[in-house]
Amino acid sequence: MIDRLVETVNGKASLVHRGRYLTTRFLVELGPEAYLVDVVQGRIAAVTSGPFVMPSWSFALRAPKEAWEQFFQPVPPPGYQDLFGLLKQRLLRIEGDLQPLMANLRYIKEAFASLRPLEAKP
Amino acid sequence: MTLQQAMIPHFDPIVGRYLNLDLFGRPHRIYVEEAGQGIPLLCLHTAGSDGRQYRGLMTSDDILQRFRVISFDMPWHGKSSPPAGWHEEEYQLTTKAYVEMILTVADALALDRPVVMGCSIGGRVVLNLALDHPERFRAIIGLQSGAHVDPYYDITWAHRPDVHGGEVCASIVSGLMGPASPEAERWETLWHYMQGGPGIFKGDLHFYKIDGDIRGRVGAIDTSRCPLYLLTGEYDYSCTPADTLDLVTRIKGADATIMKGLGHFPMSEDPAAFLGYLKPVLERIEAGTRAA
Repeated sequence: MIDRLVETVNGKASLVHRGRYLTTRFLVELGPEAYLVDVVQGRIAAVTSGPFVMPSWSFALRAPKEAWEQFFQPVPPPGYQDLFGLLKQRLLRIEGDLQPLMANLRYIKEAFASLRPLEAKP
Repeated sequence: MTLQQAMIPHFDPIVGRYLNLDLFGRPHRIYVEEAGQGIPLLCLHTAGSDGRQYRGLMTSDDILQRFRVISFDMPWHGKSSPPAGWHEEEYQLTTKAYVEMILTVADALALDRPVVMGCSIGGRVVLNLALDHPERFRAIIGLQSGAHVDPYYDITWAHRPDVHGGEVCASIVSGLMGPASPEAERWETLWHYMQGGPGIFKGDLHFYKIDGDIRGRVGAIDTSRCPLYLLTGEYDYSCTPADTLDLVTRIKGADATIMKGLGHFPMSEDPAAFLGYLKPVLERIEAGTRAA
């Protein structure tokens, strides 16, 4: 799922442009599954799946697999439509150096939203 | 609006003016918009935004025939100026200042027992009005009303030199809207957030998250003195339907409806859907006015 960011982000020129000042590596955890996402000037350079030994990253987004499954529904149920919805429900934990995340919050939110199935988007 | 209407230049029925008045012992210049004739309906915008959120209401012919719809930009918001000396201050909204501002503006406009409707922070402060000033209003409408919000993110990110304030404020609230709300209206709602002054959204949240916790008092609201209607969008994870329904268990006679598909900004994210929920409430208020 997360590895598809390479296509869904890089395939959308306006999204890559939005992230042009972001170069970082962040960690995503879906329950026990872990991924490191490398962003270079808004393009997703690589998504590497874990498990990792001594990974380095700027910020981490961790939520149970079931919460992500709801989030990735074409039309998510109330409370699951946004990363901050998961945060409010205390399902998502956001940790690390949050400056690159908060300075690029729209980019990161839209990158994750881009993983939702397109055909069923309202 | 038909395509043809859209292509012919035309004015909205909204008229905006600047009102000069003393607030908190200092001169202020407040931007006020209004449209329509009839029962005054005073609308309060959300944190970090401004009165443009009520455009849908102020362009609804049906409502304008029966209601005088008024919104004002709070000081520091929209086209209202901050008071002289602002550049050495940190803006922070308190319950006391918020209530005083609403009553002072209503007096300055000589409104006779208006209906007051507020969303989010506005939906909170109307509970204070219901508690302490019910005689001033003929009805109170709370949109996305809750007695309290559990802080779930660090609001200091909304005002820092290394994060763009407009971008981050809009991105913090973007997910609060219903996923099926029309794209153009959702992005207009976010544009208002992007235009907020530095630190203003954060200063409003001081009221929303810290100073304005009213859980211990809402039980004393007497809806026989002033009817209280609550409308809450189901996709709002800030003030949730559960928060609003909790108010109903605490306030005898409060009337709540959960609005399907809508989120935290019902009046601006999907005006047409919102009006479908608001009109029955306005009809009941009209009927109450006729009976009285």
